[in-house]
Amino acid sequence: MKALEGIRICDFTGQLAGAGATKWLAAFGADVVRIEDPVNQGAWDILRSMPPFVDERRGFDFGGGFNNHNVEKRGITLNLRTARGKEILAELVKRSDAVTENFAAGVLEKWGFGYDQLRSLRSDIVYVSNCGFGHEGPYASFKTWGPIVQAASGLTYTSGLPDMEPAGWGYSYMDHTGGYYMAMAILLALIHRQRTGEGQWVDMACCETGLTLNGPAILDYTVNGRPLRRSGQPDGNRSEWPRMVPHGIFPAAGDDEWIAIACRDDADWARCAAVFAEPWAQEAGWSTLTTRHRDQDAIEAQVTAWSRGRDKFAMQRMFQDAGVPAAAVQKPAERVDHDPATEDLWPTAHHTKMGDVRVDGMPVRFSETNWEIRRGAPCLGEHTEEVLGEWLDMDPSEVEALREEGVV
Amino acid sequence: MSALEGVRVIELAHERGALAGKLMADMGADVVLVEPTAGAPQRTHGPFVDDVADPERSLSFWHYQTSKRGVALDWRTSAGREALHALLKRADIFLECEDPGVLAAAGFDDNALTGTNERLIHVSMTPFGPDGPRKDELATDLTLLAGGGPAWSCGYDDHALPPIAGGGQQGYAIGCHYAVMSALTALLHCELGGRGQRIDVSMHQAANVTTEMASYHWLVQQGTVQRQTGRHALEGPSMASQMECADGRHVNTGVPPRTPPEFGNLVRWLEELGLKDDLPEAVFLEMGAARDSINLSDIGVDDEVTAIFGAGREALTFIASRLSAQDFFLGAQRAGLPVGAIYAPEEAFEDPHFVARGMQVPVEHPRLGRTVLYPGAPYAFERSQWAISRPAPQLGEHTDEVLEAVGIDAAARAQLRGEGTLK
Repeated sequence: MKALEGIRICDFTGQLAGAGATKWLAAFGADVVRIEDPVNQGAWDILRSMPPFVDERRGFDFGGGFNNHNVEKRGITLNLRTARGKEILAELVKRSDAVTENFAAGVLEKWGFGYDQLRSLRSDIVYVSNCGFGHEGPYASFKTWGPIVQAASGLTYTSGLPDMEPAGWGYSYMDHTGGYYMAMAILLALIHRQRTGEGQWVDMACCETGLTLNGPAILDYTVNGRPLRRSGQPDGNRSEWPRMVPHGIFPAAGDDEWIAIACRDDADWARCAAVFAEPWAQEAGWSTLTTRHRDQDAIEAQVTAWSRGRDKFAMQRMFQDAGVPAAAVQKPAERVDHDPATEDLWPTAHHTKMGDVRVDGMPVRFSETNWEIRRGAPCLGEHTEEVLGEWLDMDPSEVEALREEGVV
Repeated sequence: MSALEGVRVIELAHERGALAGKLMADMGADVVLVEPTAGAPQRTHGPFVDDVADPERSLSFWHYQTSKRGVALDWRTSAGREALHALLKRADIFLECEDPGVLAAAGFDDNALTGTNERLIHVSMTPFGPDGPRKDELATDLTLLAGGGPAWSCGYDDHALPPIAGGGQQGYAIGCHYAVMSALTALLHCELGGRGQRIDVSMHQAANVTTEMASYHWLVQQGTVQRQTGRHALEGPSMASQMECADGRHVNTGVPPRTPPEFGNLVRWLEELGLKDDLPEAVFLEMGAARDSINLSDIGVDDEVTAIFGAGREALTFIASRLSAQDFFLGAQRAGLPVGAIYAPEEAFEDPHFVARGMQVPVEHPRLGRTVLYPGAPYAFERSQWAISRPAPQLGEHTDEVLEAVGIDAAARAQLRGEGTLK
């Protein structure tokens, strides 16, 4: 039994911000059907043909990121420039629980499938759109990518060293996170529909989602009038709320090797001092948070000198054994291939052309209706005949005729 | 009507799961936060109202505990355990972040919980999951981001500087997002006729699959991405995408101009600003605009294409040197170029677009006689109401009404209070 068996999603999402959301639903058994454009060969989702690649083959069925984000979905092509293509989409919408997309605002409407049209096809349809600035408001026409969403929402600024340019996020954190909130929005709207019979539109603006992820900093501003743009901010890997010292990422032996240490309180400091086992760590003056906070620079310099020549995993063990939270900064190979805590996280999905490829799994375990990832992402139009047959009762010869007309 | 109206959630207070409870509470669930009688440790986290450290003035607690009711109950005592059982008997969702084995030792093993309530969805958030050799390792937000992968990709071109873990407790947030997606999936499953179940969320695993290319470049082609200032970590170095503007603030220029229409837009923007004649490279922009297409793989191979791409960067850098970050952001977007101002959180909060969309939400704090502006909804529902229905609870504020409703009467509560189990 799958958790979301029987839920049908008419899916126009792409990249990660949208595709990540419907990947979750598909892994729990929803029937997610990607609808792509046969004319431009699904090129709207640029990941279709982008690296990484499993071998020397290239093209729209070989993008490694696309495969990662679209496992367990099926894919059809539909030419929405044609009247027949529009008719078929209308029939698919009538049989869908939800329509999902993350185009720029207005794109689906231009094709004749805005929310009003969707609702006229199925009165209780759930429609979830996800774009950077949302479909309404002064910036509704603005375009974004993950890094721009992070910039405009405050997340880039809050990652960096004091008085330097922002370090930001070295990846599209808000594509992941926008996808998470989009998945929540779809589920919430489906729960709402299940209880009331009402469908609705959810207009997600990814920047707003990001803005909510720095709540205490915003309250410090609205309540205390203290902005985060001020000298000494952002404070790198230090922790002010809750206040912890030392708290940072320190160098370890080797090339670009690091360890994160979080000394939560005075008791942790006593444990740390035993690990450091050096005279400076025994000084009574640093046994209280007040003095450690005052002397933060000096303490970090001592920890750095101590950690620099030591193996990061050996230090992780020393601190963990002593009862202090610490973690080596793991490189991809270390956390994917050599970490016992991620052994069940990377399922192998079978892609029709690429073959068996490991992908990101789900970091959760359900006791009754767990996720399952076996099928790789759909090749372009791979399931056109199958889906039109199942959803619309078309026979193969009808689909063949549509193919000749350039509709699919 | 809210999507989760009538859904009862019991949340054991813990800073790493607080956002998960808030997300459900703001969507209308009746979330009861169970704190120890001494108060949740998060109450000691700053910043504080007027910088006065006090358990009722923690803005971290205020933000993460909106719309919840609060009960102060020491559930580890035998009397407290019974009270928690009574609460769970009527709950739909049980959200907790106790370390592996703690609940079972206190009498809340899986059998006891299902025996109590077979519809119960039990969401357990732990740093490394309930089993395996790392299950007892200690973790904080920082160590989760470091060990789980995000930090490896974030920082500066200069690798003598450490990787940077982004601010705002995103390591906890990632785990909470998966906890809520899980709870809602299980809840919809119940609505469709299914039963309750136990769900384990590994926060370390959650961080691992929130690293975009870092994981799948390794999985697919055994490539290792390298951190680069303010832009994507990639296997090889890429061009800078952050620019400092005339006012010293920064913008992110994202993907540089790469299509003929984008080069055309750039030329027009230069003309509007009256700067075109000051930029010798503008001629390459016009060449780019005039082409039928531009093949990205010709960069570095074809001289003309290389010059066109270089001129795109030059033009943006040049314009940035003349405009404030805000003017650059608005001008570029109006010219059709995807660019973002790098806002501090308060600047995003004050931006007129977000204000117009209702992101500043006033919440009454009657005890302090103040109205405080909070960040609004992460998504805009047409029908399901999102609301901060009440400010974070004071310690024990709803102990009496919540316990009364599950049959623990005044006399029983008085006895529990006398024993110090209740507040």
